[in-house]
Amino acid sequence: MSSDLRRKLELTLFLGPALLLFVGFVLVPMVLAVYYSLYNWTGFTSLDDFAGFKNYLDALTGSVFQNAVWHNVVIAVLSLVVQLPLSIALALLLNRRLRGRAFLRVIVFAPYVLSEAITAVIWLLILQPGGFADQVLRAAGLGGLVRQWLADPDLVLFTLFVVITWKYIGFGIILLLAGLQGIPAELKEAAALDGATSWQTTRHVILPLLGPTVRIWIFLSVIGSLQLFDLVWIMTLGGPANASTTMATYLIDHGFKRYEFGFGSAVAVLLFIICFTFALLYQRFALRRDTEGAVSR
Amino acid sequence: MRRIRNVCAFLLTAVTAVALTACSGGGDTAENADGPVTFTWWHNGTTDTRKAVWEQVAADYQAANPGVSFKIEPVQNEQFQTKIPLALQSDSPPDIYQQWGGGQGEGQLPSGKVADITEQTSPWIGSLGPIAKDWAADGKQFGVPYVGHTVGFWYRKDIFANAGITTPPATMEQLNEAVSKLKAAGVAPIAVGGKDRWPDAFYWGYLATRHCSPEELKKAVETVRMEHPCWLRAGQDLKAFLDTQPFQPGFVGTPAQQGAGSSAGLVANGQAAMELQGDWDPDTMAALTPDKDLNSKLGWFPFPTVAGGEGAPGAVLAGGDGFSCTKRTGAACAKFLQYLTSTPVQEKLAAVGAGLPVNPAAAQALTTDSLKSVFEYTQQASHRQTYFDIALPTSVGQALNDAIANFFAGQGTPETIVQAVNSAAAGNK
Repeated sequence: MSSDLRRKLELTLFLGPALLLFVGFVLVPMVLAVYYSLYNWTGFTSLDDFAGFKNYLDALTGSVFQNAVWHNVVIAVLSLVVQLPLSIALALLLNRRLRGRAFLRVIVFAPYVLSEAITAVIWLLILQPGGFADQVLRAAGLGGLVRQWLADPDLVLFTLFVVITWKYIGFGIILLLAGLQGIPAELKEAAALDGATSWQTTRHVILPLLGPTVRIWIFLSVIGSLQLFDLVWIMTLGGPANASTTMATYLIDHGFKRYEFGFGSAVAVLLFIICFTFALLYQRFALRRDTEGAVSR
Repeated sequence: MRRIRNVCAFLLTAVTAVALTACSGGGDTAENADGPVTFTWWHNGTTDTRKAVWEQVAADYQAANPGVSFKIEPVQNEQFQTKIPLALQSDSPPDIYQQWGGGQGEGQLPSGKVADITEQTSPWIGSLGPIAKDWAADGKQFGVPYVGHTVGFWYRKDIFANAGITTPPATMEQLNEAVSKLKAAGVAPIAVGGKDRWPDAFYWGYLATRHCSPEELKKAVETVRMEHPCWLRAGQDLKAFLDTQPFQPGFVGTPAQQGAGSSAGLVANGQAAMELQGDWDPDTMAALTPDKDLNSKLGWFPFPTVAGGEGAPGAVLAGGDGFSCTKRTGAACAKFLQYLTSTPVQEKLAAVGAGLPVNPAAAQALTTDSLKSVFEYTQQASHRQTYFDIALPTSVGQALNDAIANFFAGQGTPETIVQAVNSAAAGNK
């Protein structure tokens, strides 16, 4: 068999099935979603009510969708501002030699293993009025801090953020711990020999070398925040009064609850465009250095 | 967080499936009612008792009708929402499927898959009373109800007695008085599952039914337009009622039926005194409390009257469960649906608390006195108003529920609720 034919055969064999699935379950649906988004469609009729870009306009000018985008952005920004420093600090701590380190690592990582639906149900019970959270606060003499965690429109998004943090902090920590493992001990030794304090070593040696890991974490975290769904859907259904709607809950609410499949598709396309644009820009400007050399041109 | 990608993928796949199957033509041939046939049957009786009843019903029918067999597929209630559009666009929709009727059911007709069973049902459908009209559009019967549902106040007799309330409230003033007395007794007067939105809509829906004349109600649902001032009065009365703060703390975040912390759970465990809910509520509550005596503590009273209302006295806000047939087995399926309204089947349904029988002869099989009084009240009602989210087209009904839920959360005015309906009817999102 000629090497050329063999190569082609290999490509077909290895790429074929994956490509077929990718085209069938990712590309074709994406194209169809764009197609549906141009129609008013209840899902029960044939596609005959052409709407042009009206669905997009309706979504973009609607206050509920705008708020939904804003909620996604708030969650993304809060993740960066709160979760990132917290993850780094805990990763540095757990990277030290300390008693019970393995146990602590498991504890921190455990929530990440739970499914998002289970997490939501557990926290729903904890946060219900008079539930575990309220009882703990009261027992600690902090009864004045008790709030309507999921029923207060001004608070609900932040409550959800706490739950998200609880669930995903472990993932960040594990990622950063892996990054820390990759930092050669020699560099730390050299810094110590040069008389650097522990803080100076961390600030000028460890953190810069964690850069690639942090950049990947930011990428995953922002994309995750933009696509936030399960937790919100189970805990609040986007309420009260749309105070915790995200783009994805808005999509499902209109697509499947109101049977506005054309409009839902338009929202799905918008969500896709937003995620895709962010991904492209981030790859182009932030991840480029990290992937250089890894990607052959 | 990344789970949504799966959801999107699912959604898109589902949509693809619709498109692919929509391309191929359907082979719908209506068969005669007595030939051999296998029904695929999607019902929402996923829990043991209901499931067993349907299995028994299918077995009995099969025995009496040689050649008939069933392929029963219980589907979780909420999944119908997503499964029905896909199924009705496919080449092999279920032959019999759960149908709530109203504008929602009417919206399924353009799929061309739902069987018109007017001819087969016309000799007997009238015996079911006004409820059957919810499963008809433009004079054509597209489904048959098997149980009805009526909304009203379920209350704890023990808590009412402790608070010194001797007779259930019959007017809004009396309800307000009861609320104050219950508050003074240190218990949440009313529980509502605001998170799920539809329980909020019962309040506005009932107030509208009390304020609007039956003619106006009928006209508004038919034209999907609310112009009469009575619709605003419903919102104004609701505002006044909300201002008395009758609900449990954090009610806008409370689920209706899941867990002891839900609105049904609060009443079941004596933490709230009443709840405006359907006749299924005692059944829901029983699963949320260890209290085996619950049924003896529960009473029922109709939604109070309002001052100056133009509504028919004793009008009910109601709905029901039914089935539709698809075209492949239309005639044979209609015959089966008739069997479901027969007394023996209706008695079985009533005995497991599936709802209020559509065949009055089965009413004595209802298990509690309060359910019997709900049934009687419904039978005597001079007007039957279907829950608005079912009566109106789906997109409009959901927009209405959302507007009412926002109103409960302190956003919007009586006007915005009415506007939500008119605007959604005009195709705005």
